[in-house]
Amino acid sequence: MRARFGPAHYYGLLALGGALVLIGLGSAHFMEMHGHIVTGMNNQVVWGLPHVFAIFMIVAASGVLNVASIGSVFGQPIYKPRAPLSGLLCLAMLAGGLMVLMLDLGRPERLIVAATHYNPTSVFAWNVLLYSGMFAIVALYLWTMFERALNKHAKSAGLLALAWRFVLTTGTGSIFGFLVARQAYASAVLAPLFIVLSFAWGLAVFLVVQSAMYAWNAQVLDAAVQRRMARLLGVFVVAAFYLVVVYHLTNLYFERQAAFEAFILRDGGIFPLLLWGGYGLVGTALPLLLLFHPRLAGPRATQAAALLVVLGAFAWLYVFIIGGQAFPLEIFPGYIASSSFGDGAVVHYAPRWPEWLLGLGGVGLAFVLTTVGVRVLDFMPQDDFTAPKAGAKAAS
Amino acid sequence: MKPTADTGAKQGLSGRRAFLGLAAAGAGGLLLAPGVHLMEVAQAAAPGTAAPGANPKVRWGLLIDTTKCASGCTDCVQACNTENGLSGGTRPTDAQWIRKVELKSIKTGRSASLPVMCQHCAEPPCVDVCPTGASFKRADGIVLVDRHSCIGCRYCVMACPYQARSFVHEPLADQKPEVPRGKGCVEGCTLCVHRIDKGGAPACVEACERAGHHAMLFGDLNDPNSAIAKRVREVATMQLRADLRLDPGVRYQGLT
Amino acid sequence: MKTLRRRDPARRALAWLLLVGAACGGAAVAQPTAASRVPVPVIEKARGEACVAEPAFMRLNHMDLLKHRRDETVHRGVRDPRSSLKGCIECHASSATGSVAAAPTDFCASCHSYAAVKLDCFECHASKPKASAALPAGHPAVTRVAGTK
Repeated sequence: MRARFGPAHYYGLLALGGALVLIGLGSAHFMEMHGHIVTGMNNQVVWGLPHVFAIFMIVAASGVLNVASIGSVFGQPIYKPRAPLSGLLCLAMLAGGLMVLMLDLGRPERLIVAATHYNPTSVFAWNVLLYSGMFAIVALYLWTMFERALNKHAKSAGLLALAWRFVLTTGTGSIFGFLVARQAYASAVLAPLFIVLSFAWGLAVFLVVQSAMYAWNAQVLDAAVQRRMARLLGVFVVAAFYLVVVYHLTNLYFERQAAFEAFILRDGGIFPLLLWGGYGLVGTALPLLLLFHPRLAGPRATQAAALLVVLGAFAWLYVFIIGGQAFPLEIFPGYIASSSFGDGAVVHYAPRWPEWLLGLGGVGLAFVLTTVGVRVLDFMPQDDFTAPKAGAKAAS
Repeated sequence: MKPTADTGAKQGLSGRRAFLGLAAAGAGGLLLAPGVHLMEVAQAAAPGTAAPGANPKVRWGLLIDTTKCASGCTDCVQACNTENGLSGGTRPTDAQWIRKVELKSIKTGRSASLPVMCQHCAEPPCVDVCPTGASFKRADGIVLVDRHSCIGCRYCVMACPYQARSFVHEPLADQKPEVPRGKGCVEGCTLCVHRIDKGGAPACVEACERAGHHAMLFGDLNDPNSAIAKRVREVATMQLRADLRLDPGVRYQGLT
Repeated sequence: MKTLRRRDPARRALAWLLLVGAACGGAAVAQPTAASRVPVPVIEKARGEACVAEPAFMRLNHMDLLKHRRDETVHRGVRDPRSSLKGCIECHASSATGSVAAAPTDFCASCHSYAAVKLDCFECHASKPKASAALPAGHPAVTRVAGTK
């Protein structure tokens, strides 16, 4: 019988998460003091592993709010009690992702410049407003959920949050979609792709956290609820896979993109490995098997599937962000180019420890915020129907 | 005058509500107003003053004759490094504002050699994506980085089709007084703006001339009587990645 | 209520202790003594006849001049020699270090370390003048323009 989650566990987790955050901050300080030369980044691969962590967290933050939207906006009863937790996770992951992004800047002390000078054509400038607005709107949304007198406004707040995060995630996809120069990006499909990816990744993170919370509070999630959410994750994973396939198929059809696709799908070393093995196998096929196979499906399988989807997400993002930069720009179509600046050559990038620590620091922050939030306020999904409590038996 | 607890509570509640509502509205207004005031449009457009400064009627450009450009010659690169205080190193993290690219046609086998630097586009994607407006186009067409506003996000490096921008990966010392540059900011070819503003020409062009190669020509593309304008009227020239319609200010001769 | 009163004297004592400690600490820091670590501003005599404006004006407004003129220079290409940072450095560079920010007693560094305002300029800008002998004739330090904006 697992011991009930108590203060000792809480402070232990907080210490762990806090340590991770501090290490991340220390790593950022190290990077700021010595410059980015201590990382694996260079003039060809300017966005490295920290961006993979940050973009995952930001996209998942947007998607995790889906659970609340399905409850508030679409009125599905089993999702309503889960809405507050989903809001908390959104805030926590957004904070974590932004921490990594802002600390990876070349001049993080200039954030006040970013906050006061806006170039209206820049997606990054829109994001400063969109992300700050997201914090405010989700906070407002949580308030309508917690304050009984404001409960009737939860639907409107939920609708606002839904609209806002669609714009936000479209913006995140468009960061890349608007890059006319790069063969990996410059595609309108990236905006909807990121939206669907956010659904899958957000729900996966929610399921992981929910399972942990239920386990630590010695409760068992109702089987019907668990099945519904598992199926929904499966649907999102398939939808995301569909858009990824469409993206690659279109690229394969364009002769001028052929070299790039050959690189990503076959010749690029780590990139095809991560795409097929990491995203395709571990991140899509295995989770679908675990979620839908009649004999395998179950609470443990769902938890495992959710974790695998997260791993697959990191693999896909690594290929997308870094693979897109590793492949040389085609400045001279029809020519083989070479130069001292990497023209015509594939760039080798290997992340170094400061980048890992910074990324994990962001995860740590999200973890700390979630842990504190869950401890301080009542985020545990309160299902109306009775679920078998602890003492009954050990879980399967 | 004896309000029951009920009405008193209600009054207090509605009074408090009204106050909170007003305060929130006021605070919201206060917060938004400076934000609206602070939003600065980043595009640099000189308001057409006749006085000093960049002349909007001018468009500085370069014409590079690749037939005169020798494979292996790096006079322009070395001049740029010396003029701007660059290290001259070629590690993946070293800044290179200009580089020599050796080309070989896949179909015909013909070789060519040419320098590539910031193309100073008329529609620069780096300017579109910069969140703070640090990457900007001056009135006379030179695309620059204002390092006072650059936060080092490297979005412009991602956006540039010519890989023209470099990020400074380590602390620098002994910068040239005319060319401030530092860790954490992005930089690229400035067309030697500090020389141009004094009436001179970029260091690369000067070095190429001095060495007798005559492969680089600098001048005002908008002035029909300038040497560069005359030459581009006479000979066939092209822009790199012209299909992107960015209208670079750098043109190449002898390349298809 | 009872617990509050019981803890009161302890709290009061702690508060007094902190207050006195802060006062002492503050007093100690505020007065630069011979052994003090606080670098008092040292203004080395600069080259040239006079600065572009009165010292009192410069003390108050040099940041404004530097900040607003720099936007003019960078974005609009207006290069006014009176507001050139290079110009300041040419006159104010220390004769010992040849710089305005190398040692804590150099021109910019001394006031800035006293006021504890971090100097960011010289991460990018050269703090030493280009090696040159005399100041050119039209240089503002040689012919000071009165009432400079």
